[in-house]
Amino acid sequence: MKILTKWLKSYLPDLPVDDAKLAEDLTLRGIAVEGVYPLGDGNGSLYETDITTNRVDAMNHYGIAREAAAIYNLQLQPLDFPLPAPRPGDSPFPVKIEALNDCGRFTARVLRGITIGDSRDWFKGAEVATYFGLLEQKRISNAVDATNFAWLAMGQPTHAFDLDKIEGGIVVRRAHKGERLKTLDGIERILDSEDLIIADHVKPLGLAGVMGGWDTMITPSTTNVLVEAAWFEPMAVRRTARRHGLHTDASHRFERGADFNAAPLASALVSSILLANGGSIEGDLVDVRVAEFEARTADRKPVPLALNEVRRILGTTLDAEGITAATVESVLKALGCALSNRHEGQAAWLVSLPSWRLDLDREVDLIEEVARVYGYNRFANTLPAFGEGVRALPWAESETAVRRTLLSAGFHESIASTFCSAAEAALTAPQPGLTVPLGNPLSEEAGVLRPSLVPGMLTMIAGNLHRDVSDVRLFELGTVFSGTTEKVDERPAMAFGAAGSLPEQGALHPPRAIDFHDVKGAVEQVLAQFEARAVYFDHFPPESGLTPEWLHPYRAARVAVEGVTVGWFGQLHPRQASARKLKEPVLVGELYLDRLYKLPLRKPLAKDISRFQPVRRDFSLILDQSIGWEKIDRALAGLQIPELVDWRVREVFRDARLNLRPDANGSAREYSLLLGTTFQAPDRTLREEELQSFQARVVEAVGKAGARLRS
Amino acid sequence: MTNDDIPNLTAFDDAALDKAFGAVEQQAKSDAAAIDGPQAVEAFRLRWLGRKQGLLKEISTRWLKASPVEARKPVGERFKTLQALVEGLLEQSSVTGPTDAALAAEAIDITLPGTRRLTGAEHPITRTLNEITRVFAALGYSVGVGPEVETDFYNFESMNFPPGHPARDTQDTLVVANQDRRPLRDRLLLRTHTSPVQMRTMESQPPPVRIIIPGKVHRNDAQDATHSPIFHQVEGLCVDSNITFSDLKGTLDHAMKALFGSSVKTRFFPSFFPFTEPSADVQISCIFCGGNGCRKCKNSGWIELLGCGMVDPAVFAFAAQKQPAYDPKKISGFAFGMGAERIAMMKYGISEIGQLYAGDMRFLGQFV
Ligand SMILES: [Zn+2]
Repeated sequence: MKILTKWLKSYLPDLPVDDAKLAEDLTLRGIAVEGVYPLGDGNGSLYETDITTNRVDAMNHYGIAREAAAIYNLQLQPLDFPLPAPRPGDSPFPVKIEALNDCGRFTARVLRGITIGDSRDWFKGAEVATYFGLLEQKRISNAVDATNFAWLAMGQPTHAFDLDKIEGGIVVRRAHKGERLKTLDGIERILDSEDLIIADHVKPLGLAGVMGGWDTMITPSTTNVLVEAAWFEPMAVRRTARRHGLHTDASHRFERGADFNAAPLASALVSSILLANGGSIEGDLVDVRVAEFEARTADRKPVPLALNEVRRILGTTLDAEGITAATVESVLKALGCALSNRHEGQAAWLVSLPSWRLDLDREVDLIEEVARVYGYNRFANTLPAFGEGVRALPWAESETAVRRTLLSAGFHESIASTFCSAAEAALTAPQPGLTVPLGNPLSEEAGVLRPSLVPGMLTMIAGNLHRDVSDVRLFELGTVFSGTTEKVDERPAMAFGAAGSLPEQGALHPPRAIDFHDVKGAVEQVLAQFEARAVYFDHFPPESGLTPEWLHPYRAARVAVEGVTVGWFGQLHPRQASARKLKEPVLVGELYLDRLYKLPLRKPLAKDISRFQPVRRDFSLILDQSIGWEKIDRALAGLQIPELVDWRVREVFRDARLNLRPDANGSAREYSLLLGTTFQAPDRTLREEELQSFQARVVEAVGKAGARLRS
Repeated sequence: MTNDDIPNLTAFDDAALDKAFGAVEQQAKSDAAAIDGPQAVEAFRLRWLGRKQGLLKEISTRWLKASPVEARKPVGERFKTLQALVEGLLEQSSVTGPTDAALAAEAIDITLPGTRRLTGAEHPITRTLNEITRVFAALGYSVGVGPEVETDFYNFESMNFPPGHPARDTQDTLVVANQDRRPLRDRLLLRTHTSPVQMRTMESQPPPVRIIIPGKVHRNDAQDATHSPIFHQVEGLCVDSNITFSDLKGTLDHAMKALFGSSVKTRFFPSFFPFTEPSADVQISCIFCGGNGCRKCKNSGWIELLGCGMVDPAVFAFAAQKQPAYDPKKISGFAFGMGAERIAMMKYGISEIGQLYAGDMRFLGQFV
């Protein structure tokens, strides 16, 4: 809010510092002055302040002046607005609080013979024209400006009614369902029993503590005025304001707790301004109070405070003397507290709390006030003694291993949205149906908690390809969600995606398209980080319905570890690719890390390297298309020849021109595979006859697996 | 000289032998001088020292084996000398290597860019979270984590945001659907801060506690250059007997120096958070201008980075429902929190928060 230093100084005539210093000192005490704008000679400065929501008492000139008085230990000018003696009325103006749980105090003052007109500087302490001019606040009329002035001066909302439009008297009550009220903003509102209203004996007049009504507003022809200053219960105002989508100065204050004792003073300020233009008071101030609220606000029980507790919480100061009893007493008194010693000679007090500081009600609240006004930066920087040893999260190392492996395989780490659309969730959820919708999503596309990292991965891949970034390799480590809106399960997952070519950079080597086996290699590298006996990749016929719909049915693999599915990957289904306008093949997959993290990390174990010459033997095999490498692999593993230390595919030829038993269409029904084997013994050079025997066993084994040797 | 060029010796006197061996030595030297590469070295070796067809083999056959008994010794000595010479020449040429001309023929353009294997980049947020947790690990903090979908109780109530409290307004919350009929404390929402992990940790262990909590959080915020509905926080909690506000100051001052450099200064301002009291905002001296004032710090010389405070006794009271040792009369503690995005953006010069979640290869590649 905007604060004038000229106005502050009217309450602090002895202020010893300039505007810049005052701004800094206020800021260091929690009244954040974010901008200081000099207004020219004699006008002081305009402060742009940002005050935390707990300090509604300081969101006005007098409140900030009180803070400055505490900082510099100055005398604050008391607020006093003398009024002329009232003319006696026939009877007190009728005011009734029916909503005893919602309204704590209601004051009403009747002014007659008022002249509505322009605002001026009325008297010392009511320089309406000057201050509004400096604040660039529009002047509306002496009546409206008077309530605004009281707001800016004291932070107390008030309201002026055209008395002649009020029928009977004031009733503070809950609205009846279906009652109507046109508020000052011109909107016709239908009320509900949740709404707290000010009414007369016939109709609603305004939303209590939120906004006045249209029909009773002050007009140029108004001559008789009722000045309201009240205290409303925070939740009641909040409920009403929320229901009507309103947030006003008044509701802001009441929701956060207004000063129970401020109503008569604010009423006097508004009345004295109006009366400065003529008119008179009729009758005494009507002041209806609810004892229970008064006891909870203005008459709160004193709070015990002890110096040793202050020190226990705050610790060491730079000043060797530290925080003393004198510091505590002077700070709290300046803020409006009254202190009495609990026991003679002990630094312990009972502290009575000021009515405007509803945020204070415990010992620690007072400790904070002491620290705040004393100055946070006058405390030393100390370090606590070391506690216990640091414990690592159980899966921290596993997560690091997964991340490190993918980084070294050339995938950039990414973070995608936590949300996806219902359609994407249905497509990618490992457990269809167990997806969790949001109640207030950011958008329809973000309506569901992601059950899979795949939708986010596809969005990021598409984002790159659509921006003509053609070589993509990304992964994400994140949380996926499943379950119901009653109970949500969270599990760690990892998704990865790739498109484009390899190598990404290099002038001398022709790039080639990244393919299924490139990403399979990355998956294998990740799996190799873990100790697992049986890791395998398999696939299922399309009619089984087991392959996720987002994957190409013939270019997808399930990843299984010890019989448990730990993920899926492969080429994005061309249907999904075209739906996302992706022309290039995209490789994508997801690993369920919760399942992987159950496995221990593999511990490296060194084996002695044989000093004896390895012998390499290659076999050119011809296989039926239906026979995959896995069969050959298993056959060789089944041989259990210790000296067969390595076997691998050196090359695969699939070419109809080789004319390997073509089918009716001329497509090759067979393919050729170059199998490389390496034999080595740890303790000797292998003899020729041994090798001959090994080779024969290899040929026999692959033969049983369905391969024949190419002649 | 080929094998056929090796004459049969007719005279075995010293002069004849010197002449014959001298011619061969000359030839070996000129052959060696012509060596211009590894292949030529191998050719020289084969031509002179080849086991079956080498010149020395031929000379051995024609001259040494054919010599009369009385000439064996002088021929043999000269043969050994020749053999040593040839071997010496071979060794020398292998060491000296090919000629410059031969090497020049193998010239390449070293100014062409290197063939880079793409290495992946850790996400700047991961990197930032790790940097911060490392600093606090060194101060004895263990990492704490918790669910991203939380209950109202852990996210708000136990953090001293009472139902209907205006402080809840500052945290626009994304909620799970269909919660209206459930008791308020059980309603599910996307956590708006990592503070629930403080309560979960205290509920699960008595003091002392030192945890650092990195995590993803969400708010129902519109996306702009500095706001995102998704962001990351790091919070810390330290509870023990005799933990003070000056300990909080010292801990954060140390951490900021460890993160941003030893010349960084910290400044504490009163602030307000429902779960701490006293509460503070912390500024660090501007890391760009050293505190002199620049555009990044809006000429103030300071950058606001953290929120913190002493744990509110009301929060301890919630923890004490499960762990009575959290008696605010006996223990005390502090908590602090910072936004990872803000720190990452500042440290790495990132201008738009949205870049962090777009997965753009060009953006991410800068963090390799
Ligand atoms: Zn700067």
